[in-house]
Amino acid sequence: MNGLRSSDWFRSGAPWIWLSAAAVSLSIFTVSSLIILLAVRGFGHFWPDVVVEINQGNRHILGEIRQVESISASRLKGLGVGLPAGEKMIERHLIKTGNRDITGSDFGWFYQVGKIQVPADVYVLERLEWGNFYGFLNAVNGRQGSDISQILQDQLARIHLVQSEIKRIEKIEIGAVNFHLEELRLKARRLELNGHLSAADQAVLDAERSRLGKQYQFLQRKLKEHYDKISHGTVSMTTGDQTGVEIPLYKIVRAYQPNQFSTLDRLLFYFEKIWEFVADEPREANTEGGIFPAIFGTVLMVLIMSVLVTPMGVVAAVYLREYANQSFFTRLIRIAVNNLAGVPSIVYGIFGLGFFVYFLGGGIDQLFYPESLPSPVFGTPGLLWASVTLAILTLPVVIVATEEGLARIPRSIREGSLALGATKAETLWRTVIPMASPAIMTGMILAISRAAGEVAPLMLVGVVKLAPSLPLDANFPFLHLERKFMHMGFHIFDVGFQSPNIEAARPLVYATALLLVIVIIILNLTAIAVRNHLRERFRALEN
Amino acid sequence: MAIGGSGVIVAIVLIFFYLMYEVIPLFQSPAVDPVAVYSIPGDGHTLLYAVDEQAEIAVRYTDSGEVFFFDTKTGKLILQNSLGLPADVRISSLAPSDPQTGIIGFGLSDGSVRLVRHRFIVSFPNDIRKIVPKLEVILEGQDLRIFDERVPVQKLAVQSSKKSTTLVGWSQDRPISLIRFEQEEDFLSDQVTLKRSVNQIKILLEKIGYLALDKDQQVIYAADYQGILLRYTIDRRGTVQFDQQVQIVKAGETLTSLAFLSGSLSLLVGASNGAISQWFIVTDHENRRALTRIREFHSQQAPIISIVPEFSRKGFFAADASGNVGIYHATAHRTLLVRQVSASGLNSLAISPRADAFVTESLSGKTHFWLVENDHPEVSWSSLWERVWYENYPEPAYVWQSSAATNDFEPKLSLMPLSFGTLKAAVYAMLVATPLAIFGAVYTGYFMASRLRQVVKPAIEVMEALPTVILGFLAGLWLAPTLELYLPGVLIALVLLPLGFLSFAYLWQFIPALIRVKVPDGWIPVILLPVVGFLGWLSFALSVPVEQLLFDGDIRDWLTNDLGISFDQRNSIVVGLAMGFAVIPTIFSITEDAVFSVPKHLTVGSLALGATTWQTMTRVVLLTASPGIFSALMIGLGRAVGETMIVLMATGNTAIMDFSILQGMRTLSANIAVEMPESEVASTHYRVLFLAALVLFLFTFIVNTLAEIVRHRLRRRYSSL
Repeated sequence: MNGLRSSDWFRSGAPWIWLSAAAVSLSIFTVSSLIILLAVRGFGHFWPDVVVEINQGNRHILGEIRQVESISASRLKGLGVGLPAGEKMIERHLIKTGNRDITGSDFGWFYQVGKIQVPADVYVLERLEWGNFYGFLNAVNGRQGSDISQILQDQLARIHLVQSEIKRIEKIEIGAVNFHLEELRLKARRLELNGHLSAADQAVLDAERSRLGKQYQFLQRKLKEHYDKISHGTVSMTTGDQTGVEIPLYKIVRAYQPNQFSTLDRLLFYFEKIWEFVADEPREANTEGGIFPAIFGTVLMVLIMSVLVTPMGVVAAVYLREYANQSFFTRLIRIAVNNLAGVPSIVYGIFGLGFFVYFLGGGIDQLFYPESLPSPVFGTPGLLWASVTLAILTLPVVIVATEEGLARIPRSIREGSLALGATKAETLWRTVIPMASPAIMTGMILAISRAAGEVAPLMLVGVVKLAPSLPLDANFPFLHLERKFMHMGFHIFDVGFQSPNIEAARPLVYATALLLVIVIIILNLTAIAVRNHLRERFRALEN
Repeated sequence: MAIGGSGVIVAIVLIFFYLMYEVIPLFQSPAVDPVAVYSIPGDGHTLLYAVDEQAEIAVRYTDSGEVFFFDTKTGKLILQNSLGLPADVRISSLAPSDPQTGIIGFGLSDGSVRLVRHRFIVSFPNDIRKIVPKLEVILEGQDLRIFDERVPVQKLAVQSSKKSTTLVGWSQDRPISLIRFEQEEDFLSDQVTLKRSVNQIKILLEKIGYLALDKDQQVIYAADYQGILLRYTIDRRGTVQFDQQVQIVKAGETLTSLAFLSGSLSLLVGASNGAISQWFIVTDHENRRALTRIREFHSQQAPIISIVPEFSRKGFFAADASGNVGIYHATAHRTLLVRQVSASGLNSLAISPRADAFVTESLSGKTHFWLVENDHPEVSWSSLWERVWYENYPEPAYVWQSSAATNDFEPKLSLMPLSFGTLKAAVYAMLVATPLAIFGAVYTGYFMASRLRQVVKPAIEVMEALPTVILGFLAGLWLAPTLELYLPGVLIALVLLPLGFLSFAYLWQFIPALIRVKVPDGWIPVILLPVVGFLGWLSFALSVPVEQLLFDGDIRDWLTNDLGISFDQRNSIVVGLAMGFAVIPTIFSITEDAVFSVPKHLTVGSLALGATTWQTMTRVVLLTASPGIFSALMIGLGRAVGETMIVLMATGNTAIMDFSILQGMRTLSANIAVEMPESEVASTHYRVLFLAALVLFLFTFIVNTLAEIVRHRLRRRYSSL
């Protein structure tokens, strides 16, 4: 058959079929390009870029090229950039120039860059504050010579060792002392409120307090010693413009020469950065460092949530499928489930804040924590309320998945169990639920995936941009449900949109987004796989 | 088990009732409670009452210059003081200044003024609150003569701020006299001196009944009893200029009361028929300023003898001659309550600074003390959903502006711009999602090869699972700047994509059959994938040349300057695309299920009767699946309306009412997310945010229930097939 005439072709409906096929292609294309975009940007963040040098007038600028684009000249008219006349399109480079303490900004657009050089011995210093420093190494602790690179690395290694000890003392030991002091204060206050604070109690408390005070002072002295060990020592650097800068060694996180890296070095560096990203704490208003507390918070919240939601959802599904006869009441429940799934997540958030946090939490504080009032314990957003709120939010997911699993179990199995003399409850517990457990699992996984990506309600019920301490630590009762926590989704929103230095934060946001997407895709694909496996199995059973 | 099942119902009912529980106090009428009635504390004729912050102590000024501080609950005198007037001088007029200052001016029969301030000093000895009243004389020793001769100051207006104090007085057959004291700081010695200036204003009225001066000491109002009002402006150099004459009460009525609303931008006018009207200066589009009647209240019938503004809100209390006290809110245009306090008529009224109590005196010689519970007067149906004429606005408008930097700010809580923004975002998202999702689902459910389907369906599920925070982040930080750079590309893509697909499809028939049969109809999307990529790339590659050619290199410049359309980087296109993307899988999945579950014998029968596949599709499959498609659209709409993170991140979150595709919006959900953490618990703002949540809840509830019911009904009808 050769081609139809166009009018016949149109009449045949073929164009519509093609268009509807195109809708599928377009959707699939968009999803995949979106994930590819995230992957490229996210994974690219950790790769050590070459540091280039460009000349602008009499300035020499060192930095990493982030973006090159052509832009029409008329768009740049208002910017006050000196441009050559007559050219319609202008090429410009976005360069991460670092050295924010000197120039005031991390990034800059540069026009007509001209020749790009790659100086071999340029250094990149990752610092605790002010972002990266790009420049040339002059001297370490006043010493010059060919071996200063090695000296610098040795010094940094020594300092980092001390710094990790300092961190341990500050976070764990002093943290514990503070925790116990606060407990003592609350204990005294509780006794006082009850009217039982006798002189003997007071003496005991005072003794304990002074013991802790001594311990605290001891730790402070130890800390000071450690700080003294690292406070001296500087490295003198020069910028591209030959400005000399002295940088204290203890402020340097990492010093490296990317232009001298071999491919292996690059790979090692790459994985080191990825490890830092998942295992370290954030620095510089979350724009540098890792996101470990956010990962930890997300996982913990999701775990508590699944412990809460799974029994609720399974019970509701079992009731709907196994016990209720299909009456008006079950239709009502189904409508409720549908609605629960359709209620905007922010409504859950505001409900959680009003009902759980202020109403229930406030009540709990009045009853059980009168000693810490007026500062709230559970009457403020925190981990517990976030988990409970998300448990309600994900309830329909678990119900629907479990119900589907129950529906797929053939009647013959139930009837067989009953015929063998099992009661209805026994059939349920010994036969039906074990068989439905993969479906329950699917529901749980989907609920976890939903909860891990949900942000809007969490903004109201317990997530913060920077939590001072993890909700799980070595102090009794170990799991602190009342604490605020960090969350990956909120981290993306916060760093991407509320950060003062958005250009510097952007790569980190891409990396976080990528990690979240990977987790969620894996969870979903697992759920889909489990479900498909289940369908196959029951199909086999039925035949 | 039944308990577990009903748990779901309990959850949904609990959410609903909790939201209602937080919202209902907004619409409750205030409660008033008569606490005490006692004989007027002290002697003499009352000029004025005032109440302290805690409503525990009140002060009463009399015409003989005596000042009595008394306990509000018992009427017991606490402190007696006096203005300390000379023996031959009487009080001839009275002028309270802005109530927050507590300063009161008395015009005297000798042509001068006495300024005093009552203060209630709160201290906490032994953790017990103690309030000590105190009377201070202000500007003592200064020359406070309004008239040089000994003529009585018959009408007086006073305002005093840290920097300056202005007195405006009138006496029969004289011009209005204006005295101003300004603080001047000596640069060298830092010594503060007061500079006194005098000004005379000739007036056209024979007799002045009311004189008023605004808080900023810039506008003077003078009115006679017939309701002719003159407006004067004092400019920065102190010269006074006549601006406007206006009739402020209806013909035949007399003016019985004149007061400022808090902030003193609005005048409240009480008339002999009990009507109260609000007036303020409106600047129109030609920059002409005129005092304009804004709204009127007709809740009281007897002459209004006193109007007392609340200290910080835009509410006021009014007492009339028949003994009623009315509680109003101006901006919300709401009469909250009218209650008779005394059958014998009232003489004076004062409210506490928190507007939670009032003191009034009846003509039968009793002082009444009432408590008022009135937490949310500023909310009414009209203030939430209708245009409201706010002070300083040229016309009534829908405004959401819940907080501002200054204290004098009045929160503007119209839900209209937010609801509008919500629907706007949802509409644009549905415009993107509906065709793609339904076409795609129809293809997937009916035409697609089953092996491909096994890949596409999980892909769509993954798409549904993508966290909206990531979509929002990409939309705000990647899509928005990209689209700004390639705006023409979007328009090109809109035309090029369908045209390109159709041309490719047409040309496909001419490809040798040998190759063509290798790709059966069920696999078309796969060969279209590179086409999508190519067309997409082409659209954006053409963007810059087209922009150079048609718009001189800058389409934004052209839009703004030639068409007058303003352009936001985070606009509705971005939201439409991002949220459309989020809604596609929802609609897609349900539609696909519906299409797929159409019984095979129907389609086969249709094909056997000679219908083409597409005819079968539109006439049989779509018709049978229509309930499913309808509920898919409903649920998709519900999702678009409630979506928070995408709109939060992909729009500028400005509450505007404009359908322009190139501008952003602020939605109910994003608004809750932004403002809830800062909102004070149980405040009006807090409850209005709950109301916004309730609106969202009800909307999605109705949409979802409707979807469920329609699906159920139509499913039963088609099940006979």
